[in-house]
Amino acid sequence: MEGKGQVRQIVIPGETVGAPGMKPGPGTFREGGRIHAALLGVLSERDGVVSVIPISGRYIPEPGDAVIGEVVDMGPSHWLVDINSPYPAPLHATESPWDIEFGDTSRYMNVGDAIMAHVLSVDEAKKVQLTMRDREARRIQGGQLLEVSPTKVPRVIGKQGSMLGLIKDLTECNIYVGQNGRIWLDGDDRNTALAVRAIRFVEERAQAFGLTEAVREFLERARHRERAA
Amino acid sequence: MEDIEHIPKQLKLIDENGIRLDGRRFDELRPIRIEAGVLRRADGSAYVEWGGNKVLAAVYGPREAHPRHLQDPARALVQCRYNMAPFSVTDRKRPGPDRRSVEISKVISEAFSAVVFKEQFPRTTVDIFIEVLQADAGTRCAGLTAAAVALADAGVPMKDLVTSCASGKIGGVVCLDLNKDEDNFGEADCPMAIVPRTGEVVLLQMDGHLSYEEFRKAMDLSIDATKRIYEMQRDALQRRYSLTLDEILKEAPLAPAETPPSDLPPEFEDDLGPETPANRNEEGFP
Repeated sequence: MEGKGQVRQIVIPGETVGAPGMKPGPGTFREGGRIHAALLGVLSERDGVVSVIPISGRYIPEPGDAVIGEVVDMGPSHWLVDINSPYPAPLHATESPWDIEFGDTSRYMNVGDAIMAHVLSVDEAKKVQLTMRDREARRIQGGQLLEVSPTKVPRVIGKQGSMLGLIKDLTECNIYVGQNGRIWLDGDDRNTALAVRAIRFVEERAQAFGLTEAVREFLERARHRERAA
Repeated sequence: MEDIEHIPKQLKLIDENGIRLDGRRFDELRPIRIEAGVLRRADGSAYVEWGGNKVLAAVYGPREAHPRHLQDPARALVQCRYNMAPFSVTDRKRPGPDRRSVEISKVISEAFSAVVFKEQFPRTTVDIFIEVLQADAGTRCAGLTAAAVALADAGVPMKDLVTSCASGKIGGVVCLDLNKDEDNFGEADCPMAIVPRTGEVVLLQMDGHLSYEEFRKAMDLSIDATKRIYEMQRDALQRRYSLTLDEILKEAPLAPAETPPSDLPPEFEDDLGPETPANRNEEGFP
């Protein structure tokens, strides 16, 4: 990471942030010619834009997001999917990977099934639609699900997927991260447990600099210890 | 009401030197302690000790509003429940909402409505729960102060925190932050809540009588006090989140305590994980 200090500055809602002439980015607002933080979070100033990266908060769906959801209800032509957000997300039968007759939805997926899907659209009233017409979208079978705070997802993935790639490489697990904070892991039991711990490690220390290196060290030591045992 | 029998009828609530029953001067606050993020299951939480008051606040949301007909298609609802525990007062309080707590819930939710960016979350609700564990006058102010910290802890976007304090009149003198005896035997109590950055008043109530000059004096005292309380709220939030940073700096053992593989449902998994630095050390690397 490019930061000099060890600690990122934490701001609270209403705090004045940024130098004059900067633009308000996500997590901030302009009032009376000054920029203020709208959230509790970590201050970031980049390219003349001030933004606040949230530390906590709910997942709010955006079009294109990859999410992991659970089917909670069914209709003759759609499923209702819980995507860990304040808004219910319907998946229409025409957006599923299968060719479904009206009333045949239950032959493909049932309440309780977990799916990987994408957010197709979100309108101004926050009506969400999901799609599974995608190569990687499918019904989840096997593996395990893990939930992290949605605000920590960018750190779990890392820059250009560096963190996720590292964890995948060192644990030989298949990992799929949903933007809504749900993570699917598949691998042998030992490796999955290790990957879970690595992800928890990232989540706990999300504000730290040099996190990728710390995770590499964590995983290598854990593997070394396992071999010794 | 046994606890007030020891007070003689003609007791002076404030003596000629301007010292009150508990030794404070007219412009002094009771000791305040604020803790952020004290509850695991809530999205955000805070605990406030304010003199003899002990108040917990928890925040959930934004989440789907139920029942559906309450949903507002254009913005989020801000709902609040203020509740006093049966053991919070000397005589057992009958549990459940009463006229007083319904009123306080309403004014508190309206106070927060003014600062939350409701338009960002149409059709949802932000739920605030305030539980008074021990009451000693000024619980709505303590509750508001706690709830503001809990809202920030939950990551709810808002214009600013809300800070609250009461002033009143005892023995003919306008005083800040009345305690229980002063509230019971004084002439007036006037709680208020402001948005510290802009000075907007989001809650203002009065019990008893104050002249216009006295009211102005009371407002000035409260506004001045909210600045001090705001600093404590800010400190509580920063302390909560720099804790994790301190851990990194002192190079805590890299591995979180190893959780034994278990068949427990995922919601229990967390309980086995590391919580305190102490149990984190158990399984740490040599």
